[in-house]
Amino acid sequence: MSAILATTTHARHRRVQERLGDRSFDLLCLTTAFVLAVHAAHLPLWLSIALFAALGLRWWQRSHRPGRVPGWLKVPALLLLIAAVMLDYGNVFGRDPGSALAAGLLVLKLSESETPRDARVAAAFSCFLLMAALLFGQGMTATLVVALGLLPALSTWRSLEPTQIPVSLPRQLLPALLLLMVSLPLALAAFVFVPRLSSPLWGTSNPQAAATGLSDQMSPSDFTELLTDDSPAMRVSFDAAPPAKNLRYFRAYVMWNYDGKDWHRLDAPIDAPAAVEAANTIAYHINLEPTHQRVLPTLDLPLQAPAQSQMYADGEVFADKPVNDALDYTARSALRYRFQPLLDPLTRRLALQLPPDFDPRTHALALQWRQRFGRNDAAIVQAALQMFHNDGFRYTLVPAPLGHDAVDDFLFHTREGFCEHYASSFTVLMRAAGIPARVVTGYQGGFWNTIGQYLLVRNSDAHAWSEVWLDGRGWVRVDPTAAVRPQRINLGAAAGGSNPLLPWYESGVLESLRNHWDIVNRWWNEGVIGFDALRQRGMLTPFGIRDVDTGTLEKLLAISIAVFGAAGLAWALWRRPEGDPALAAMRALERKLARAGVARGRSEGPQHYLRRAGRVLPTQRAELDHLMRCYIELRYATAEPSPESLRMFRRAVRNFQPHRVV
Amino acid sequence: MRAQFQRLQLWAERRLPALTRHRQQEQLPIELHRRRIYIVPTGFGMAFTLLLLVMMVGSLNYSNNAALLLTCMLGAATAISMLVAFRTLNGLRLRGLRAGHAIAGEPIDIIFDTEATRLRQAVRLDLAEQTRAFDVQGRADVTLSLPTEQRGWLSLPRFRIWTTWPLGLFRAWSWMHANYAVLVWPRPELSGPAPARPTEDSRRQRLHRGEDLASLRDYRSGDSMRHVAWKASARHESLLVKDYEQPEARQEWQLDWRQLSGMSNEARIARLARWLGEAQAQGRPWSLWLPSEAIELGSGHAHYARCMSALALLP
Repeated sequence: MSAILATTTHARHRRVQERLGDRSFDLLCLTTAFVLAVHAAHLPLWLSIALFAALGLRWWQRSHRPGRVPGWLKVPALLLLIAAVMLDYGNVFGRDPGSALAAGLLVLKLSESETPRDARVAAAFSCFLLMAALLFGQGMTATLVVALGLLPALSTWRSLEPTQIPVSLPRQLLPALLLLMVSLPLALAAFVFVPRLSSPLWGTSNPQAAATGLSDQMSPSDFTELLTDDSPAMRVSFDAAPPAKNLRYFRAYVMWNYDGKDWHRLDAPIDAPAAVEAANTIAYHINLEPTHQRVLPTLDLPLQAPAQSQMYADGEVFADKPVNDALDYTARSALRYRFQPLLDPLTRRLALQLPPDFDPRTHALALQWRQRFGRNDAAIVQAALQMFHNDGFRYTLVPAPLGHDAVDDFLFHTREGFCEHYASSFTVLMRAAGIPARVVTGYQGGFWNTIGQYLLVRNSDAHAWSEVWLDGRGWVRVDPTAAVRPQRINLGAAAGGSNPLLPWYESGVLESLRNHWDIVNRWWNEGVIGFDALRQRGMLTPFGIRDVDTGTLEKLLAISIAVFGAAGLAWALWRRPEGDPALAAMRALERKLARAGVARGRSEGPQHYLRRAGRVLPTQRAELDHLMRCYIELRYATAEPSPESLRMFRRAVRNFQPHRVV
Repeated sequence: MRAQFQRLQLWAERRLPALTRHRQQEQLPIELHRRRIYIVPTGFGMAFTLLLLVMMVGSLNYSNNAALLLTCMLGAATAISMLVAFRTLNGLRLRGLRAGHAIAGEPIDIIFDTEATRLRQAVRLDLAEQTRAFDVQGRADVTLSLPTEQRGWLSLPRFRIWTTWPLGLFRAWSWMHANYAVLVWPRPELSGPAPARPTEDSRRQRLHRGEDLASLRDYRSGDSMRHVAWKASARHESLLVKDYEQPEARQEWQLDWRQLSGMSNEARIARLARWLGEAQAQGRPWSLWLPSEAIELGSGHAHYARCMSALALLP
């Protein structure tokens, strides 16, 4: 029996607000620190540092000299903040400057927070800012961190209630954690059933985040960065068995134009689908990480564009809009094919163009091969691959720099490089020899996750190869890198070579841990981020409902809220059965006897009552006598009856069945 | 604004009997249950709901599912906090009320004896413009003071038990109108004459000298030489005096309503109340005659309380 009593008394119309408690203020500071931390990734460094410093100063100030920050400081601080944001971003609207401004405002709000009302408002604003942080990236880890930030915010509110049982700061966060855990089922139901917008209500800004992943032009520096980036690029699950390792080529861009240094794709690719004779088709699902580009990598060679995308004649697949969030799509590809067996003159010309006055030695070599092999294009291809294989070419991610005649330098001097160098020089060599050729970039290899049964393709699996057009065979994939280092193809990027740029944790136990972790990330990407309007409409297909429209969703949402509401109400209304268990057992016995015709009188004691029952039911007199003695002992013998005897009495009552004497 | 609100409240109580059901006096103990607990969002709760809507529309617009999930979690937590607020009051019992005594014009302390099986945090009780917050686990006594104006029975006004636990987003409340009244004693007059004494008074006072020796104390000027303990003083540096326990040194008062003729009823009551207070303070016995009853000679707190109550209940 304890009671913690009476802390505050104040007038009912609370004109005079009490002072904000120290613990509440600490929690509020913690919330703010969380908000600043999750926003720090995209705020300018100086602003983050300034805001953290302001937060720390405010905390120090309040713990040493309680009170508000003086009023004359507020207006200049606000103006300074707006000016700083204007200077850095150019305006105050939009996602980035908006969040910078809001983070600043939160710190300003904290500086004047001296009443519970201030703290409430500041914590609510923090919730909003936490949500806003997810607009910059909705990965699982980021979301978990942000959700953790809700704990101090909720705890701040909780700490504003009048009576507080003093506990340590970490323990103060526990009830909020419990609350969030309990609210998770309802939140999930709402999440699944809230109808998604098929088109945004107002213009969403195009995030100009640094594009990771492949780019639509091929230059060596981009590729080096990519090949050392081991973040996931996409995950592929196959309907049937996965294709053999040497067939796991995922096509993204097709590069046609070479300017002596970089490769570019066509500005206006040909729309008309090219003729494909396909065999060994395979269907698969790809979960693509956001790339902020339109290209959709597909297994070589795609037969049909996925929904809301378009396929060009050279096999590139482009989505209708940039992939800014993780995207799921299904596609179908042929593993063995004849691609465009008849080449039209325009395409042939495109596939043969070379910049003039570049790489004279390469041209000479090509001419020499052409003379030696005559019209046998396949033999020239073989000769080139033989050269890469035998003439001391090396695979490395840190090649020596190349000069003006890049291909000449590479083929005859440095002889070291990675896929980009090989694909580029091979294609130039082929074109010089008069064989239509082009560079294809994409991904090759990937890690087969046996638990998740899917292929994880990382950015470091980015690859470049060539396609040459051979008479009667169409476009044929030729991977010159494989001629230099076959392991690259069979084992993936990690086997690329002795590579000082790859981090030490690239192999071993950590590697497998990372691959397991990737499964969780994949679930997150597929289940949460990728759950868009399309997926929502199709989610009830297993139950026979093909298309879930908004009305149905609203009904489902209402039903699930009603179900959870009923469960919650049941919980709220449920009361622990109170009172004495011995008395409850006695009441049960009374009910049994009443059914047999012996009801207990209002003023009848247990002894008298059970004796009377024994007279009415003479066959059970002994049993009733025993029950009576047990009960009397339980009630009156000791102050605290032993649980043993209580259990015995309850069992005896349960086993007692009155037999009416007829 | 406030007056308007009160008018509205009065109108609602007249027109909506369901809300006013608990305005009738009810017997103790009172147990709160679902049919008498009301719950609405606080102003802050409304504002936060609005913020949640903005967050939801924003996350839907940017088709940001993680943000949507976060918003849904906050929304669900809000909904659950409503149930928690309800549970804080549900099953709370007001076992009884106790009150001390107070004279008219001074606040009287009322003790609310509350009981709950599980812990209820941050429960608040409003009574006559004051609020007190308390936790209940098992039993808890909550003391609030009630202002008084005049003598006689003062029935406890309607009071409210409410809470905004746990997040301050919802406010659950229940009105109670316990069938309970406190007796307010009359206010004594500030000054006035002493009661007329019986004539033999001074003679009897001397006889009331204590007979038992209680202790020895130092001599003080004015002490009778007869009381000096000469033998003890001889063994000591200063004179010691035998101290006799003082018996009932004061003469009893016979207070009588009829003596105070020519005064108004309230003035009579105020004077009698003052005499009662003086007699109690001086430790003298008194008897009291009132038109309603005659109280025998007596002394002590219980006697005082009985007399004051009788005065309070005079018409």
